[in-house]
Amino acid sequence: MISLTRGKTNKNFDLTRLLTTIGIIIILVLWLIPTIGLLVTSFRPLPLINTTGWWTALNVNNGPAAAQHPDPNASYVEKLGTRFTIDNYVDALTGYRGTKSYLTDCRSGTKPLGMNCNLSDLLNPRGMGRAFLNSIAVTLPSTILPIAIALFAAYAFSWMNFKGRYAVFAILVGLQVVPIQMTLVPVLRMFAGMGLNGTFPAVWLFHTGFGLPYAIYLLRNTMSSLPKDLFESAYLDGANHWKVFTTIILPLTTPAIASLAIYQFLWVWNDLLVSLVFLGGSKPVMTYQISNMVTSLGAGWHLLTAAAFLSMLLPMIVFFALQRYFVRGMMAGAVKG
Amino acid sequence: MAKPTVAPVMRQGKFVPWLYLLPAIIVMSIFILYPMINTVNLSFQNASGTASAETTCREGQACWGAFENYRYALTNELNTSSVKAFWDSFWVSSYGNMVKWLVGMVSGTVIIGLLFAVWVDGIKSEALAKSIIFMPMAISFVGAGVIWKFVYNYGTSQVQTGILNAIISAFGGDPVAFLSKVPLNTFMLIIVGTWMWTGFCMTLLSAAIKSIPEEIIEASRIDGATDYKIFTKIQVPIIMPTIIVVITTMVINVLKLFDIVYVMTGGNYGTNVLATRMYTEMYANSQYGRGTAIAVILILFIVPFIIMNIRRFIKEEAMR
Repeated sequence: MISLTRGKTNKNFDLTRLLTTIGIIIILVLWLIPTIGLLVTSFRPLPLINTTGWWTALNVNNGPAAAQHPDPNASYVEKLGTRFTIDNYVDALTGYRGTKSYLTDCRSGTKPLGMNCNLSDLLNPRGMGRAFLNSIAVTLPSTILPIAIALFAAYAFSWMNFKGRYAVFAILVGLQVVPIQMTLVPVLRMFAGMGLNGTFPAVWLFHTGFGLPYAIYLLRNTMSSLPKDLFESAYLDGANHWKVFTTIILPLTTPAIASLAIYQFLWVWNDLLVSLVFLGGSKPVMTYQISNMVTSLGAGWHLLTAAAFLSMLLPMIVFFALQRYFVRGMMAGAVKG
Repeated sequence: MAKPTVAPVMRQGKFVPWLYLLPAIIVMSIFILYPMINTVNLSFQNASGTASAETTCREGQACWGAFENYRYALTNELNTSSVKAFWDSFWVSSYGNMVKWLVGMVSGTVIIGLLFAVWVDGIKSEALAKSIIFMPMAISFVGAGVIWKFVYNYGTSQVQTGILNAIISAFGGDPVAFLSKVPLNTFMLIIVGTWMWTGFCMTLLSAAIKSIPEEIIEASRIDGATDYKIFTKIQVPIIMPTIIVVITTMVINVLKLFDIVYVMTGGNYGTNVLATRMYTEMYANSQYGRGTAIAVILILFIVPFIIMNIRRFIKEEAMR
């Protein structure tokens, strides 16, 4: 339960406190209800989704006759059991588009169109299972590459002296807010000439380019705030830049790298526009697959809600497990993208 | 705060720093700098970039010469036959929608974020309450689009399965097609954006509020200031610099906004914004010239913020 008592009590303003408490509760409810609705719906059978509101999910007697428990005298728990299902998730993962459900079809021996009723169906190009793998294939290199390149640049910006250091960095600060839209057409044409459109490297390279300004900015701020003495003694002991970079800088920058990695990971994972333009349907990622289900296929709510929740699963886990790093990465600088 | 950056004592050639910078500079030049210049260039050419935009002009119709794509980008959505027609068409054009988004989403996220940050400051479950508000930041616009499409769902049958229409029906009202009814639909999309980004504003503002020394608040409380007075006369003025940073960040985010509109309405029913319009020109119509002209207009709106960002950086550096 959320306790709304103030730690710093202030008995003079009871009315203010009451109103504040009501305000907090209203905002929290407004923020939670949409997501709860999605989660509940994703576990309900389609006939019930279309005929009853998700908020009545615990009422076991409403809905069409076909959705009722065969035995009217069954217990509440038994009835409730038939009103929730994981079929939506199976159908979304395999990309099943039939009229019943993947499991029903397979159990009855009629293989759904283009499917084998074994694990290979998880790789069906229409399904979220395949899209999940594609998302991973897009996201991991797109996270590692910019950070690796940015580490070197950030080191030069914070601990090396060279002409134009300040000017180049100022340009970089400006580049952080350049919108992706500004570069899409030329890059698309460039990739077309190189035959890269529809391939993973196209997205990796694009995300690397756009992730760099923010990554360098954040890492440079962290590196340049490390104590100077550390470096001086290392230099006096005869260490060169490479040695200092690998043995002193990298270990001390790990928390910042973690924040940045989580931030970039979620940014790429959640991106639609770049995947839409450079990958499209040839290597559908999760966001693409869902947007396609919404805009062109008109898939039912049972598939949409399950697919949406599948795409949110990994970000949610990352968010709740590593919230502190994520927030830090998000807040550390300006904006990007 | 960060310690001052000082010249390292290390010996280094003129060459070594650039070696460390080279990969980054190459990648950024190829994927940001060169395309930006190229985009400007393409915006003055025809659909496929093979001839000047002037060649696309048709006889007997308005033509801005080399700026023909800009004429299209700026005026095509507008009806100039009368003042009223202009006014009406402006508010369903991508520019009118931009104004709605800027006003609605920036004020929504900052005001709710600020109020929430102040309200939960010091309560026992502060961390939990804040992560609930922040959580939408972690999910994609596409996921949020599905979530809210379901909230706004307009049932064709007797039963309303979208919670908003169910509530309206329960109170005896007629269900509303939230996403296709102009001008309500853009407003409904703005709510989705606000839902997603309030957590970001709230977290930044909350950190600023916490940095205000406790003594100042306590002293004014002893002097008899009400919570409201403390909020308006002390907290808000002190954190004003942070509020301004948050506002500019949100303005930039709103100008670039694409996914919410694309997923929820596809830019139909008068909900287009600059980014979705650009996408349509590029893909559905293969009009690279027009698409890039819209992109250039978009960046012109953002240039002031780029300059602001750099100036803020220079100021911060001077203080280090």
